[in-house]
Amino acid sequence: MPKVVDNKQIGPMVWKMLVNVPRLVSKAKAGQFVILRINEHGERVPMSIAGLDKEKGLLTIIYQVVGKTSALMTTVQAGENISDCVGPLGIPSHVEKWGTACVVGGGIGIAPIYPIAQAYKDAGNKVITIIGARSKDLLLYEEEHKAVADELFICTDDGSYGHHGFVTDPLKKLLDDGVPIGMIMTVGPVPMMKFLSSMTRKYNVPTWVSLNPLMIDGTGMCGGCRVQVGDETKFACVDGPDFDGHLVDFDLLTSRLGAYREQEHKAMKHFLGDPGCRLAESVKKFKYPEEQAGTK
Amino acid sequence: MSDAKKKKKKPEGPNKLKIKERMKLPRQDMPAQNPSDRVKNFNEVPYGLNDEQAFQEALRCLECPNQPCVDGCPVEVDIPGFIRLILEKDVAGAARKIKETNSLPAICGRVCPQEEQCEIVCVIGKKGKPVAIGYLERYVADYEREHKLVQLPKIAPPTGRKVAIVGSGPAGLTVAGDLIKLGHAVTIFEALHKPGGVLVYGIPEFRLPKSIVQAECDFMADMGVEFQNSTVIGKMDTIDELFEMGYDAIFIGTGAGLPRFMGIEGENLIGIYSANEYLTRSNLMRAFDPDEYDTPIIRGKNVAVLGGGNTAMDSVRTGLRLGAENAHIVYRRSEIEMPARIEEVHHAKEEGVQFHLLTNPIKFIGDDQNRVKAMECLKMELGEPDDSGRRRPVPIKGSNYIIKTDLVVVAIGNASNPLIPQTTPGLDCNKWGNIIVNDETMQTSRKGVYAGGDIVTGGATVILAAGAGKKAARAMHKYLMEEVKR
Ligand SMILES: Cc1cc2nc3c(=O)[nH]c(=O)nc-3n(C[C@H](O)[C@H](O)[C@H](O)COP(=O)(O)OP(=O)(O)OC[C@H]3O[C@@H](n4cnc5c(N)ncnc54)[C@H](O)[C@@H]3O)c2cc1C
Ligand SMILES: Cc1cc2nc3c(=O)[nH]c(=O)nc-3n(C[C@H](O)[C@H](O)[C@H](O)COP(=O)(O)OP(=O)(O)OC[C@H]3O[C@@H](n4cnc5c(N)ncnc54)[C@H](O)[C@@H]3O)c2cc1C
Ligand code: SF4
Ligand code: SF4
Ligand code: FES
Repeated sequence: MPKVVDNKQIGPMVWKMLVNVPRLVSKAKAGQFVILRINEHGERVPMSIAGLDKEKGLLTIIYQVVGKTSALMTTVQAGENISDCVGPLGIPSHVEKWGTACVVGGGIGIAPIYPIAQAYKDAGNKVITIIGARSKDLLLYEEEHKAVADELFICTDDGSYGHHGFVTDPLKKLLDDGVPIGMIMTVGPVPMMKFLSSMTRKYNVPTWVSLNPLMIDGTGMCGGCRVQVGDETKFACVDGPDFDGHLVDFDLLTSRLGAYREQEHKAMKHFLGDPGCRLAESVKKFKYPEEQAGTK
Repeated sequence: MSDAKKKKKKPEGPNKLKIKERMKLPRQDMPAQNPSDRVKNFNEVPYGLNDEQAFQEALRCLECPNQPCVDGCPVEVDIPGFIRLILEKDVAGAARKIKETNSLPAICGRVCPQEEQCEIVCVIGKKGKPVAIGYLERYVADYEREHKLVQLPKIAPPTGRKVAIVGSGPAGLTVAGDLIKLGHAVTIFEALHKPGGVLVYGIPEFRLPKSIVQAECDFMADMGVEFQNSTVIGKMDTIDELFEMGYDAIFIGTGAGLPRFMGIEGENLIGIYSANEYLTRSNLMRAFDPDEYDTPIIRGKNVAVLGGGNTAMDSVRTGLRLGAENAHIVYRRSEIEMPARIEEVHHAKEEGVQFHLLTNPIKFIGDDQNRVKAMECLKMELGEPDDSGRRRPVPIKGSNYIIKTDLVVVAIGNASNPLIPQTTPGLDCNKWGNIIVNDETMQTSRKGVYAGGDIVTGGATVILAAGAGKKAARAMHKYLMEEVKR
């Protein structure tokens, strides 16, 4: 069973977990993901690779509490084991020398885009990085990105830090200025990837997105992760997770992500209400976006 | 066979009944949960024969000298031989007898399509009902396990050779069991977190309790087989890397795990599952028990399952158990062409499943939240026979009609998973992606690499996969001893 060597909060509802899986780490590449199971009764949850320490055999996962399983993950103490960690899964992000490449990370996607930026850089590209979050306290990995990016743009929706606005703003400016970007790679919330892809279509710059549909096995066996790309149905776990953003049906993806909303919310309520649960006080305050809107 | 010969044989064994008397004995019925109770639970449907019933059933065997039943079994279980041991009250001996050729009797006794294999050729079946070979096989294996009579076989001294097995379905488990006994070091690499293949993720609890599959895997582990679960070969390590890691021979038993869809409009709506996904959620992830397990599953009120095989029957009966008010099978041919085991179709009917035969869906219709709400179908009629010899269904113009459904399970078969072929240079496959092997040795186009089970044949049966494993193990042993130097 894989050992968790560290698991700590790095932002509001955001945690960083280090798992000791040397063999997996030795094989993994940027853009791939793993599937974890915390305990014997748990779900299989996909998580992107947000860092690989090949020497120590450590895998970094950055995760956000959005429901029961991610909440449960916060209760794992350093030194404890989780049931399984399978991977590396998916096809590594495509890397070549385009000259200039742009990586765009939004929200929790700022973390997994970091190893991709590093891979682009290692391939000899000039890397322009754009990262964005709702507000300053939700911004992660700034230092890491600074160390890799040739140019770094930071955006916040509320203007509490960096550019006041969306990640598409600096990108649009770069494109309008005629910066010769050979490739745009983006990881982030579905609406962001959708908006960004539709924006870049006019400029005819290849734009790739990393998709996160619901998954179970991650080996192509179940078809639960299917996404519509152009005329084709693809299985994100084996054909992806990266796809041509200009062809992806994002609306279908969004609705499929909500397939179990009712059941998930019920499970979470139940979990938060359980007096025996080991959740930290901050996690117990968790609210779904719909509820937050309601309380305002 | 002359009568004189039959008579001469009779007095030797424990069965003192005359042939005529045996022929008059009725086939024992398998007691089972009644349909209205069982659709509310996931417990196994048939209870199994008790000692007396098994004895009575065993008395029916005529001990035919030419043993047609043995030829009907893909792995040639010595059927009259094990039945005789039941009559001698040596049930553990009967289990050992079966295991000489079939290492998974508790499983095969439950899931083999006996009516097309061993039982169809049984001599008394010509006049009446055949000997219930499957029931007896299950009885023997259950008796052995429940009475803790399973003995670890003798393991040969270590040969120093190492074998890697990819996939822990019936094919892989059989190879592992045979090769470990011969003294080789055996490691099974399995992609999922639990071993067993379709036996654990596909076939439901009510037909094959997972504790039985677990017991088989535990038995392998007790013999010394090493299990590396959560390891996807082709992603973690390739076949060539396994050789570099010191494995001397490799068996690929990765099954037929790539779900087919119909390719029609609306297929990606919420509420349309492949059978693999639906059954995996329910079986492997145990979504039927939400108080204990976290994986969700959609519980449809009107479940429609497309297909006519075992997978379709398993899905539709799972749907009922998850609370469906209406459960439909939609199949484009007629009942006689349905590939499912007769017992499963029978059980499904008893449980109230509605059959829409000669019917083909052409479109799924969703609501404003992209959830499936209905399915448009066409009626079919049977035309000329096709390549498979079955009459081809052709649509009847203008026969379109709508089935209301909030959960569709597509169970029209699986193709083969490309992960290993894609990452193994020189491994020859046919146009459907099945690995090509030598029929006798199960060797692939790569030296030291063998394959068997559904990855070679396409979706088939448990016993055929196990049989392929037997053949491969024999050839691999020869290869390891003669061509791998230590
Ligand atoms: C390839 C891949 C990589 C991923 N990488 C990361 C990562 O690095 N960090 C991270 O925090 N999460 C990542 N996810 C998402 C993560 O798997 C889900 O957030 C997690 O499964 C939610 O489980 P839960 O029980 O906590 O929430 P649930 O109760 O299952 O869901 C709560 C809410 O989150 C939404 N949701 C559920 N699953 C997803 C999903 N896959 N994507 C988006 N929204 C979802 C649901 O619609 C629901 O409203 C990734 C998903 C995929 C497929
Ligand atoms: C729902 C259902 C019901 C069935 N009912 C019956 C029945 O009643 N009677 C009957 O005889 N047959 C039945 N069958 C068919 C039977 O189960 C299969 O023919 C049999 O299981 C095939 O065995 P196998 O060993 O070839 O592969 P599988 O059982 O498919 O096992 C393959 C294993 O390999 C693993 N794997 C795949 N790729 C990799 C990889 N790259 N790395 C590591 N591991 C990998 C998979 O996770 C899986 O565990 C049924 C099948 C299904 C789906
Ligand atoms: S293994 Fe299957 S076919 Fe062979 S005797 Fe047993 S039940 Fe019959
Ligand atoms: S064919 Fe039937 S009666 Fe004859 S030996 Fe086999 S099981 Fe017994
Ligand atoms: S997660 Fe099952 S096929 Fe992709």
